[in-house]
Amino acid sequence: MIDPLEPIIEKHVFFQGLEKRHIQFIAGCAKNVVFAEGAVVFHEGDPADLFYFVREGLVAIELLVPHRGFTTLQTVGAGDVLGWSWLLPPYRWRFGARTTQPTRALAFDAKCLRAKCEDDHDLGYELYKRFSRVIAERLEATRLQLLDLYGVGA
Amino acid sequence: MASGLDSRAGAAPPAPVVPVAVPIERVRKDTHDTFTLDLVPPAGFSFVPGQFNMLYLFGAGEVPISISGDPAETSTIQHTIRAVGTVTSALTRLKKGDTIGMRGPFGSPWPLAEAAGKDCLIVGGAIGLAPLRPVIYRILAEREKYRRVVILYGSRTHEDILYARELEHWRGKFDLDIQLTIDYGGPLWRGNVGVVTTLIARAPIDPANTIALVCGPEVMMRFTWMELQSSGIPPERVYLSMERNMKCAVGFCGHCQFGPTFVCKDGPVFRLDRIAAIFGKPEI
Amino acid sequence: MDNTSPQPNQRDLLEVADFDQLFRALTSRGYEIFGPVARDGAIVYDRVASASDLPSGWTDEQNGGQYRLKRREDAALFGYAVGPHSWKKFLFPPVRRLWEAKREGNSFRIFADSPAPAKRAFLGVRSCELHAIAVQDKVFLGGAYIEPGYKTHRENLFVVAVNCSVAGGTCFCVSMNTGPQATFGYDLALTEVVSGGRHHFVMHAGTPLGAEVLREVRHRGATDGETREADEIVARTAQHMGRQMDTSGIKELLYRNYEHPRWQDVAARCLTCANCTMVCPTCFCATVEDVTDLSGEHAERWLKWDSCFTKDFSYIHGGSIRATTKSRYRQWMTHKLATWIDQFGSSGCVGCGRCITWCPVAIDITEEVRAIRDTEAAGPRASKAEQV
Repeated sequence: MIDPLEPIIEKHVFFQGLEKRHIQFIAGCAKNVVFAEGAVVFHEGDPADLFYFVREGLVAIELLVPHRGFTTLQTVGAGDVLGWSWLLPPYRWRFGARTTQPTRALAFDAKCLRAKCEDDHDLGYELYKRFSRVIAERLEATRLQLLDLYGVGA
Repeated sequence: MASGLDSRAGAAPPAPVVPVAVPIERVRKDTHDTFTLDLVPPAGFSFVPGQFNMLYLFGAGEVPISISGDPAETSTIQHTIRAVGTVTSALTRLKKGDTIGMRGPFGSPWPLAEAAGKDCLIVGGAIGLAPLRPVIYRILAEREKYRRVVILYGSRTHEDILYARELEHWRGKFDLDIQLTIDYGGPLWRGNVGVVTTLIARAPIDPANTIALVCGPEVMMRFTWMELQSSGIPPERVYLSMERNMKCAVGFCGHCQFGPTFVCKDGPVFRLDRIAAIFGKPEI
Repeated sequence: MDNTSPQPNQRDLLEVADFDQLFRALTSRGYEIFGPVARDGAIVYDRVASASDLPSGWTDEQNGGQYRLKRREDAALFGYAVGPHSWKKFLFPPVRRLWEAKREGNSFRIFADSPAPAKRAFLGVRSCELHAIAVQDKVFLGGAYIEPGYKTHRENLFVVAVNCSVAGGTCFCVSMNTGPQATFGYDLALTEVVSGGRHHFVMHAGTPLGAEVLREVRHRGATDGETREADEIVARTAQHMGRQMDTSGIKELLYRNYEHPRWQDVAARCLTCANCTMVCPTCFCATVEDVTDLSGEHAERWLKWDSCFTKDFSYIHGGSIRATTKSRYRQWMTHKLATWIDQFGSSGCVGCGRCITWCPVAIDITEEVRAIRDTEAAGPRASKAEQV
């Protein structure tokens, strides 16, 4: 029986090119989740046991700065991947995430996927290739934010 | 005719080097460092989206400022100015009834004819929205000529968003898609945080039939182009508005040269494939 | 261009003793005459009233970063190449007021200046200089707008060209197809012949006006032999060019080599002193300066020569686009030899050699082109630190 999430995962750009057996495994680790507006997806410091693929809505990646309160660093929306701390020890979220709109997402069991990647290096390589790209894009976007291009004298 | 002087020379009009003194009808503060001046133009003045005027402050100097208003509305001409230097900072002290010198319009326009029948993707960064606003007005005035219209606008913080009321009004239209983002999130902002380039992949356009109009700081335009390229939009359908030092605005003083082009007359709007060889090259 | 004269190939001979008649013919028609004078160790252009003002018996010795006047053994009036001045100082003055403005209550009024039309004669214009004037004509008169000041100065101009009998040490007009023979743009052209006790000028009228003026000066038809002698002098000049530049595919060459390491080499020597742009007869960059008096009631705008070598030439809010010396030298040379062609349909360089002569560190544009051409195939070296 085909997991109802399989076609969703297969279709998406992020997972394209993966072998059928890998898609099936990933689908098996995934479930649909729904967040109301303002819901905490994860707290900074929590174990990174899940990562997300946003289908609809908006999630703010935030940090609590003592005298400033929660500061949003970046937002991710439909089609974006949320979270890579699950890939690297100590597997804990370095930032928090909170929705700013009602949000639907796919949540993936990170523990399960980590174990499988150790076993099946092919899957591991494919996932790491894709996540490297996400991290690189985020880093590039962050660097542009850092430049303060819209500041005076930019 | 003088020796060697081509008898056809001199058929063109003399360069408009002398400003016209015009009154300020209205001054509007847009943000903490940006304001819009409405000037009463001389009779018969008209412009097309993308063009700029040289504004002269008595005794202080002259600066090139994009015309930011509706081309259909010529009783006053709007200019949105950010205080970044001596002259622009001095311009912030002007009030209704004061007089300012104006000459123009100069420069090349946004490609409205080429955009007909296509999806229009408009990407603005900070004050870059000002030269884009006139083309947005024209597109909305003849909405049926264009397919999907998407505006992506990035600002520094939510207090720096230009034309906020107008953007809200446009957002209310069903046939327009507007996405705003800011670089630095604040407690009152529930929207996108991140550079404007991150909105491009999600834009609801058909890259095979899209024209992109981009204006903002040069680095922002470079990275925007990279995203547009990844989305499959070719350089022949991407237009940028460039900026360089300007003194005469009519192609004589040489200051605004950008490779073989003069930004004041070959630009400021350029089709990207025509400047692809030099765009982004350091110190050209 | 209307260059007809009653007999297009007619060559006439004017004896040096009668040369002052040319001055009188022009003065009587209301022309103010500008020509070469020896002053301050150089041959510069200034008002001249008679043949005795001309640099009789002087020549120049030029090389990279070197200029010296030297006495000739004869009394030739035009026996030199070119000095630091070019005719652009008269057609496109270094400093010019554009307009003035006066406060009137809360408003102000602007009064445009227009240069008074004047009849001027340029005496001693080399072929390279005729080309340079034509190049600036295209810049200031050939586009969507005309520069009104330049147009006024350009009208009512009487040009007496000189076919060079001396090749300058830094000249390369032959490479640029701009000389030494004057072929257009003059009312009268002369070739000076000083030989075996004779001293005369073989003349050619380039326009009906030139022919008219010549008629008021004592002259006779030149013989075939005399014409041949004059032509041979010019041909000899062409054989002795001080420099040479291979211009084949030069636009594409420079467009391909924006990142060539040679730019860094020349930047290590260049002082960005802007001498080259000041002496260059085609450089046209200018700036405008807005000034006001102490009362604040009166303001003026002035147009002044500028140079792309200055650091803030390309300044926009916060910094300069071309901050390094390397980028500025590259801008100048690429503009002169390459982008100028795309902008105006011809090279901006006329091969006069002034930039080579007047560069304090002897940077030689012909050498720079050669270096890039010759080492292009070698590929870029590892980049060095930028010189700011």
